[in-house]
Formats: sequence, structure tokens, C-alpha cells
Amino acid sequence: MRKFLKEKILQLIPTLVGISLLSFIVIRLVPGDPVMLMLGERGADPQVYMEMKKNLGLDKPMLEQYAIYMKNAVQGDFGRSLVSKRPVTKEFFDRFPATLELGICAMIFAILIGIPAGVYAATNRNSMPDYLLMGTSLIGYSMPIFWWGLILIIIFSVNLGITPVSGRLDVLFDVPTVTGMLLIDSLNPKVIEMDGLGPFVSALRHLILPTIAMGTIPLAVVARMTRSSVLEVLRAPYIQTAKAKGQSHTKVIWKHAFRNALIPIVTVIGLLFGSIITGAILTETIFSWPGIGKWLVASIHARDYPVIQGGILFIAIMVITINFLVDIIYTYANPKLR
Amino acid sequence: MILSTQNYMETLSMKHLSLLLSAFALLVLASCSGSKSNKSTFVYCSEGSPTAFNPQVTTDGTSNNASAHTVYNRLVDFKTGTTEIYPSLAESFDVSADKLTYTFKLRKGVKFHTTKYFTPTRELNADDVLFSFNRMFDKNSEYHMISGGTYEYFSGMGMGELIESIKKINDYEVAITLKKPEAPFLANMAMSFMSVLSKEYADNLSKEGKKENLDTFPIGTGPYIFQVYQKDNVIKFTTNKEYFGEKPKVERLVFSITPDASVRFQKLKAGECHLVIEPSPSDLESIKHESSLKLMSGAGLNVGYLAMNTTKKPFDNLLVRKAVSMTLNKPSYIDAIYLGHASVAKNPLPPTIWSYNDDIKDYEYNVEAAKEMLAKAGYPNGFETTLWTLPVSRPYNPNGKKMGELMQADLAKVGIKVKLVSFDWPTYLKKSSQGEHEMLQLGWSGDNGDPDNFLHILLGCQSVEAGSNYARWCNSDFDKLVNDAKRITDVSERTKLYRQAQVIFKDQAPWVPIAHSTVFRAMAKNVKGYVIDPLGGDIFDKIELE
Repeated sequence: MRKFLKEKILQLIPTLVGISLLSFIVIRLVPGDPVMLMLGERGADPQVYMEMKKNLGLDKPMLEQYAIYMKNAVQGDFGRSLVSKRPVTKEFFDRFPATLELGICAMIFAILIGIPAGVYAATNRNSMPDYLLMGTSLIGYSMPIFWWGLILIIIFSVNLGITPVSGRLDVLFDVPTVTGMLLIDSLNPKVIEMDGLGPFVSALRHLILPTIAMGTIPLAVVARMTRSSVLEVLRAPYIQTAKAKGQSHTKVIWKHAFRNALIPIVTVIGLLFGSIITGAILTETIFSWPGIGKWLVASIHARDYPVIQGGILFIAIMVITINFLVDIIYTYANPKLR
Repeated sequence: MILSTQNYMETLSMKHLSLLLSAFALLVLASCSGSKSNKSTFVYCSEGSPTAFNPQVTTDGTSNNASAHTVYNRLVDFKTGTTEIYPSLAESFDVSADKLTYTFKLRKGVKFHTTKYFTPTRELNADDVLFSFNRMFDKNSEYHMISGGTYEYFSGMGMGELIESIKKINDYEVAITLKKPEAPFLANMAMSFMSVLSKEYADNLSKEGKKENLDTFPIGTGPYIFQVYQKDNVIKFTTNKEYFGEKPKVERLVFSITPDASVRFQKLKAGECHLVIEPSPSDLESIKHESSLKLMSGAGLNVGYLAMNTTKKPFDNLLVRKAVSMTLNKPSYIDAIYLGHASVAKNPLPPTIWSYNDDIKDYEYNVEAAKEMLAKAGYPNGFETTLWTLPVSRPYNPNGKKMGELMQADLAKVGIKVKLVSFDWPTYLKKSSQGEHEMLQLGWSGDNGDPDNFLHILLGCQSVEAGSNYARWCNSDFDKLVNDAKRITDVSERTKLYRQAQVIFKDQAPWVPIAHSTVFRAMAKNVKGYVIDPLGGDIFDKIELE
């Protein structure tokens, strides 16, 4: 196991260096100079322009800039945002809990609905409900998040008035940040003393639409994966044996079939969790969700180099860590891989 | 099939559990709506996050709205909804006979905000004014390098070169001496970047080693007190009960940060905000038809134009410039590009600015006359040239490429064959400020409501060198008028000069002024007291909810 861990960690280093180099170069290849963007129509004066460029360290050759960046990054300093002038690390961790909270809710939503739907479709193969479920999941999978989010807002917030349009909390509540996840922070005794369960319910209500918008694609993937995985297991001889022994239908499905179908499903869920950030970028923009997706979009518009580089690197680390954990769980679940 | 008791129990408990859970969830959601309604809270849906809470170090409108008119005041301010100047933190001001020294007499009894992070022990005095201005002016100020040390507006408006000295006469008098007479100076003083900050607060932060907090946790004298900012999410203010001016009529002001224009519109419809910044043009019609909403519009302080490089052939020829002016069918651009939300421009100044010369007649759209004029200029069959189209969307020109295509078609009617060219925005600015273009689309949004801010910066001889005169047009008569107007403080005298300057501009036609865009704000019906600010900000000091 130790050797396995060591190997995995050693593999990480070139990956991270590669990602940092790629993000560094790619954002500089995109047309648009952050200094010119900051100065706008007033950017005509070459002296002011050069002075600003120098202040931001952007006047040096690209290779030198990268060397400086990496030297600092190794020591944990990812630079300061060109726009807010604050450390990138701090900016990231201020926003990360919001994305994490939404990501977890979206995954729970996808799993809680996706798995039962998949199992149901598998056990009722080629029936009307199966076609309906799988057809719907195909639609869900191909739905553009941006459009889907707006449709949800128009139906549930504007026409039915059930959910808020956007944001994380009703603007009148004040919840001090402890973990950054509002569902937890709003249960702080001080908050409850002041506003009761109001902030918690408000946070929950604000989560509903973004969770659905962000969880729809993972839900479709989980449902389809569960269906095919369970179907495969159902054909296995030991299922026939269990049925022949007179076991109840529920028990055969959940105890024998589902448990064995679980390995590919867990893998898919792990991968989905890693890729949730792509969904976050769109979902957070529509629902004004103050997480890292929205932060990255704004930074790309402003050509805020340090934020883009740092943000991409942090996300890469996150995805790699999740995949790494999935690998470990996998080796435990499947002794052949150990 | 008969279920065994155990299985039955299993199924039952599963069913029960899920039923119970969903019932609980529904109950919680239904019993408690999770929202507080409060008539004295005004919610403004803004479009982005501020970069800082100090207008000295920011240039974007978002940051300006969040701090300049909520938290801070200046010695002189613009009257809300106009570009007229009135004494604000200064009770009065005098200008010396040589027009070089401006003496500001400060208002007494002005209190800085008391917040969780600062409790002032004294009232506003000359030290605060000196501290605020010296931070930008004096490179040795201990705060000069905090937040990067660049003060784009201060240097962009030429304040650094203009000011000779800033002196304290006594606790309530400050004298600013200029190197040369400059009438627009007073308008500059009313701009957001000249806000007055608390020196006492800055000293405290310096002792605590938290100097950068000066720009993120603001302390000012304005109508609203900063309470909290949750990044990318919300900014909250409470009313300043000790405000020296007319006290705000709402108790809390909240900025709900909503970057997407269509989501902002949905929030407005759902009653989650009272006012939204810049609705998208496609939503304007439906806003008009919503019974719970109202739409306000005003002329923007901007101009979109087509500049002809007067140092290049054939645009050095006045007849050619006039012919181009007569060929472009401007009203058709207003319909196609601005969807009707703009007015045709004939002067380089927008009509909301004082000294706008309405007596001037625009060149008539006349293809035949233009052809004759071209023939007279020696181009009976037209000529070939390039037209640079604006690569970004701006209020003064939302779609440069499309406008370029319309211009191309118009100019083809008189035989001018135009090739459309564009670059990315930074390259566009750089190349055009060096005069590499022949014809170019650009525009300008005013900073301080002074005509000098348009006529001198965009058309003065000095600006050819500086790069902001994109027609590279230097006319000595025009230049003399705008330079003379800088040295006089009397507004009626200046008005005369600027009106004459506009006549020369029209006659010489270095640009074809295209349009002044219209600014829109959508709000709930119960919002009262909101006025559109010609300088483009959103100001909430007079707002109330019915």
C-alpha cells in the first residue's frame, strides 16, 4: 500500500507542473492585455501603461515570469489578484465552501434519484416506465445548463413564486462565516437565537434550483450507469439461484444485484464529483452563486492572470485528489487491483 | 406473492421513512418562508463585485456605485441628477483673482461613520482632506503605495501635473494651488476619486499594521454606513443617522450582486430587488408591459463617432470629410444598432452637457450632393480606404462590426470602397492612438460633465500627441477657444467659447458624430426619488419605498 501511495504521489508532480505551465501559457495566448483592459479608452498614455505593467511584474519575459511564479507557488504563495490585489489563496478559500456546498447537494440529489431510477428501469426492462426514465435522462443529459437554469427560474421563482431567483441567502439575514457552508453556519446557536430557523430555511430554499440545475447531468449519468450495471448483474447465475431459492424480489434486487453492481457506479460518481466544477462555472453564473466558478469567469473576463493560474491549479489538485481517493476506495472494493 | 412478515416490515419502514422525510421537508419549507420582508430595506441588483471600497483606487462603475456616493462625500459634489456643482463637505469655496488658488472652507460638525471596526473620536477637519489628497498626490505619503500605488483617475485627469501644492490654513480651511489656471479643476474635485477619507482611521490601521483595510473596510462621511460585504454575493449598508445632509429615507441599502442581465430582470419581477442596473435591450419591451414595474430613461453622457484621420490622404481634404458626413445615414444606425435607444448626434458634446450648441445644423443625408463634392475634391469615382470597427460593445456603440457593415454599404453608394478591419481591444487602442488608421469607430463617456472633458481631450492639438485625438485633427482656432475656456472660471463666458468651438468642429468635420445612447433603469413601481445620474452612476441618497 505504501508503495502504491508513493507511486501515485510521484505521478502527481509532473501532472501539476504540466497544468501550471499550460494554464500560464494559454491565458497569455488569449488576446487581451490586463493593463489595457484596466485602462480602457484612457489607455493611450504609454508612460502610464508601462508603469502599470512594471508594477504588476508583467514587463518581464514570459519564461522569467513563470520561473518567479513557480518559485513562489512552491512556497505556497500564488500571487495576488490583479483586480482585487488580494492573495489568490485567500480569494479561493473564501469562495470554495459555497461551491463545495452546492456540489455536495447536487451529488446527493443525483444519487438519491439516479440510483433508484436506474434500478427501477433495470428491473422493468423494456417496459413503458423504463423507456420513459431513460428517455428523460437522455434529455436531462443533453440539456444546456444555462437554458435549463433560466427555465427553472421562470417556472419556480417567477411564475410559481416558490423559490428565490438567485443568491445564497435572503439579503436581510446575517450569518457569520464559520465553515462557509450556509446550511451549517445557519445552525449556529447565535443565529438561531436571533432569527430562529429562518436563515437555515432560506439557505435551503436558495439551494433548490441551483442543485437541480447542476445535478441534472450527473443524475442522468448515474441513472443510466446504474441501469446498465444492474442489468448486467441480473443476468448472473447467482441471481437466478437467489430467485430460485425463493428470496423476495426486493431482497434479490437490493441485496444481491445492487451491491455487486455498485463498483462501476462508485467510479462514475467519483469522476462526476471531480467534474462538477464544469457545471459550477455555468450554474454559479446563472444563480449568482458566489463560488469559484463565478469567480473564474469574472477573472477570465478581466484577464486576471494570477487568479486564473491559481484557480485552475487548485481545481486540478482537487480533481486529482478525488480521483486518488476513488482509486484507493477501488482497490479496497476490488482485491484484484491491490 | 405473499410477503413474509420481515420483508413486509422492511418495505413498510422504508416507505414510512421516506414519507416522513418528505413530510418534514415540506412542513419546514411551508411553515417558514425563509424570507423577511422589510419595507425600509432597499435592494439594488448590481452587475458585479466591487474591486475595492475606495474610489481613489478604482475606475470601474461597479466599485464607484458601491462606495463613492454611499460611503463618501467630496469637498464639492454634483447635484444628484445633474452635472451642477455645489459645496458638500466644504461649506464654501473661493477662487483667487489669478485663478490659481482655490480655498475651501470646511463644514463643521461632520461626523465619520462609527462601525464595528472603527469609532471616531473627532469630527472631519483639514487633516482628513490633506491625508486623502496627498495619498494620491504625494509619493512619500505612507499610504501612497498601498493597493498598488496607481491612481488612474487622479493621473488620468491630469491632477498630478496640475496641482502645485495642497496646504492646510487652519483646521477648517484648505488651499489648493494650481500651476496654471484650469476651470475644469472644480468639476474634477467633484469626481468620485476626490472623496475624503478619515485620517484618524488610517492612522489606527497603520498602528495595527492593516493599512490595506483602508480600501476594503471603508469609513466615510456619506449617507450610508458600510456594514458587510460577502464576496460576489451581497453588500449591506445601514443609514447614517448622523449624516450632515438630508438623511436617507430607507433604513438599509443592500446590493445584491447579480451578473446576468436576464436573471436581474427575473429578480426584479419576483420582487427580490427594487432596482436593476442596465436591463438588457431585449427586455425593455416586456418591462414596459409589467404592471408592477416602471422604466426610466435618460440621455447618456456619451458620444459614439467615426473619426477620419486628417493626417492621411484623402481625409486631409475637407471636401472628402464633408462628403463622408453626408453619405452616412445615421437614423438607420439608431434603429439597427441601438434598437432605437439612442439619439442622432450632431455635435461632439452630448446634449446633457452645458454649452451644447443646438443651433448647429447637421449635414443633410444626400448621396447626390456627396458625389458632387467628391468630384470637386478630385475623386469623381470615389476611392479605396479602410474602416476600423469597434471590437467591444459599448453603450455609445453596441455593435461596431454591424455598424461598420452599414457604413460600408452607405459609402459604396458614392464610390468609396471600404475594407473593414478590426483588432482585439488593446491592440485596437494602441494602434489607433498611434494614428495607424484611416477611418475609425470610437466613442467617449464623460467623466465630470465639463465640456473640456470632451472637446479638449478628444479634439485638442495636445491630444494628438497624447493619442486621444483619433482624428489627429489640430485646428489652431478651435484649439485656442478650448484652451482659453480652460482659463476662465465664469460659466457663461466659457459657454460662449465652447459654442464657437462646436461651430468650427462642424465646419471642419474631423468626425462624423453618430449617436448618444440612452440609459435605462428598471425598477419596482413603489420606488420613489430615484434620478438617473448623467455621469452614469447609481445614487441612492434620495430614494424611498412607498
